[in-house]
Amino acid sequence: MQPFTIVTGKVAPLDRANVDTDAIIPKQYLKSIKKTGFGPFLFDDWRYLDKGDLDIDPATRRKNPGFVLNDAKYTGSTVLLARENFGCGSSREHAVWALTDYGFRAVIAPSFADIFFNNSFKNGFFPLALKIAEIDALFAESASGSDFALTIDLPAQTVSTPGGLTFGFEIDPFRKDCLIRGLDEIGLTLQHADAIRTYEAQRRIDAPWLFA
Amino acid sequence: MTTNKPKTLYDKLWDAHVVKDQGDGSAIIYIDRQLLHEVTSPQAFDGLRLNKRMPWRLDANLAVADHNVPTTDRSQGIADPISRIQVEALDSNCDEYGITEFRMNDARQGIVHVIGPEQGATLPGMTVVCGDSHTSTHGAFGALAFGIGTSEVEHALATQTLVLKKSKNMRVTVRGAVMAGITAKDIVLAIIGKIGTAGGNGHTIEFAGAAIADLSIEGRMTVCNMAIEAGARAGLIAVDATTIAYVQNRPFSPRGESLAKAIAWWNTLHSDEDAQFDREVEIDAATIQPQVTWGTSPEMVLPVGGRVPNPANEVDAIKRGSIERALAYMGIHADQPITDIVIDKVFIGSCTNSRIEDLRAAAGVLKGKRIAGNVKLALAVPGSGLVKRQAESEGLDQVFIAAGFEWREPGCSMCLGMNADQLSPGERCASTSNRNFEGRQGAGGRTHLVSPAMAAAAAVAGRFVDIRTVQ
Ligand code: SF4
Repeated sequence: MQPFTIVTGKVAPLDRANVDTDAIIPKQYLKSIKKTGFGPFLFDDWRYLDKGDLDIDPATRRKNPGFVLNDAKYTGSTVLLARENFGCGSSREHAVWALTDYGFRAVIAPSFADIFFNNSFKNGFFPLALKIAEIDALFAESASGSDFALTIDLPAQTVSTPGGLTFGFEIDPFRKDCLIRGLDEIGLTLQHADAIRTYEAQRRIDAPWLFA
Repeated sequence: MTTNKPKTLYDKLWDAHVVKDQGDGSAIIYIDRQLLHEVTSPQAFDGLRLNKRMPWRLDANLAVADHNVPTTDRSQGIADPISRIQVEALDSNCDEYGITEFRMNDARQGIVHVIGPEQGATLPGMTVVCGDSHTSTHGAFGALAFGIGTSEVEHALATQTLVLKKSKNMRVTVRGAVMAGITAKDIVLAIIGKIGTAGGNGHTIEFAGAAIADLSIEGRMTVCNMAIEAGARAGLIAVDATTIAYVQNRPFSPRGESLAKAIAWWNTLHSDEDAQFDREVEIDAATIQPQVTWGTSPEMVLPVGGRVPNPANEVDAIKRGSIERALAYMGIHADQPITDIVIDKVFIGSCTNSRIEDLRAAAGVLKGKRIAGNVKLALAVPGSGLVKRQAESEGLDQVFIAAGFEWREPGCSMCLGMNADQLSPGERCASTSNRNFEGRQGAGGRTHLVSPAMAAAAAVAGRFVDIRTVQ
């Protein structure tokens, strides 16, 4: 997993609340059995005017000129800015894979849906929560100039903008550590294999019907 | 560590599964049951292979293909080659590792959240996970059940645990009794209407109160199914006599001495009287009307007698924008009466409402009637092969067919339209499923969530009607 430390990137403003995972990556792409290649289909229904599918070349499709990611100004963005409850809906990790495959490293919003939030960390993608007023300020600064970039300093737990704003943020220490070091969580858990075996042996005695 | 502090049901389930408290707010939690399906597991199995890891405990897993399977004649296999590859990947992964799977032509095949309980693979006191957000359904049994992403599917396969942070405790109490004609679906939609789709974020919601206790297990599953639509990863209902009666004599449930031991434990699975909740919400059951969603989020819901909101009345600019966008997408206008909304299709199915009671409720409304001329397609899709068989033995299939419905094979079907069952752009559907997001049932499709009886009544009238006025 790619470590996340200090990331400076261009910001794409997506001024919507309750962006759900069906919008982030529609169902037809969930048929892929791979983890990669979802980037061209990110926000598919908003981004293109015609319907897409896994076997349709995105280059041949008509782009929706009104959608933020189709605005040349935001090409190469690595930070997404959005409103509350980002990532609600299904558990599809494909939503995170689509965001990362597109090139995003982080999404900044006032709040996130739980499963999406969790899935993000497993992929080195940072769902960063700021206060509503701070989000408003970022949207305002984004609207006022071109090439709006900001810096996320994870070790220092700050977000700073070229306009001189700096906001602190909270993050769980375990999650912070995993992001910074790009750790494989399964490997970490297996270091406790003995504890799992001990628990399991007791559970076999207490609830034998669970081990049919 | 034992304390006498009163515990919530969630606290009890959590404490019973802690393998190791990591001291940083997270804990390694033991997983008793993992349900697998074709959409969110292939990348997890690939991960195992890549890292040369084996599943920790095979008998904790049960697999079924449901999202992609056709609901029409299955003797031809799956026509869509991409769907077929995904279902075949599940088959071969289960073969390779020796995981029990109900294949597409097995009578026990069905939607993963229907077959778990049906088989007794979901039991009180378990931790149950599945790479699907509606795993919250299984909380109806007093099990801690929640959806996970593919990385966690891999983690649970490889370690039989997950690393979790404990969520907060929330209780939604539905006091008193509901009026005649009000179902579990109306109760849960009314709850979501009240607390919003983010209302339960970060919480496990316990549903309590007389109106919840009065529900059958099937109704309880409908309520817990949509806990995720209220933002909660898990929903819970305390174990009682209804629960214990339901879980006995199923293929995976305990027998004999084990059963007695199990029941003794299950009877402790309720919140202690003085347990503290971080958040409490109360609803008076008698105020709940039949519900219909009008917009593109489950919280955009109204009593059937209501009118579509007018954005001009909304002071918050972001909310006003959401209402305007939803109205435009849904092709309805401000202040329109819900009962004036005319439909094109009807879908009775999904893990929310495809169990036998749901089919009985819908068939009860349809008996001796025909769907309206403007309804182009009406689908009845049982949740599992066993539900289908039961319905057929009761003659329900004939009621649906005589009314003009298509009677299909089990699967997720038009709940999300990964198979051929989809809405076309602009088509409007009365659906018993759980999500009305843009494009959920097909790109450009418009979904209104309702109970099975309300969907059947809408099919007959061609528009939404109050079930309480239907004879
Ligand atoms: S029926 Fe719908 S909500 Fe339920 S598991 Fe299938 S796709 Fe998901």
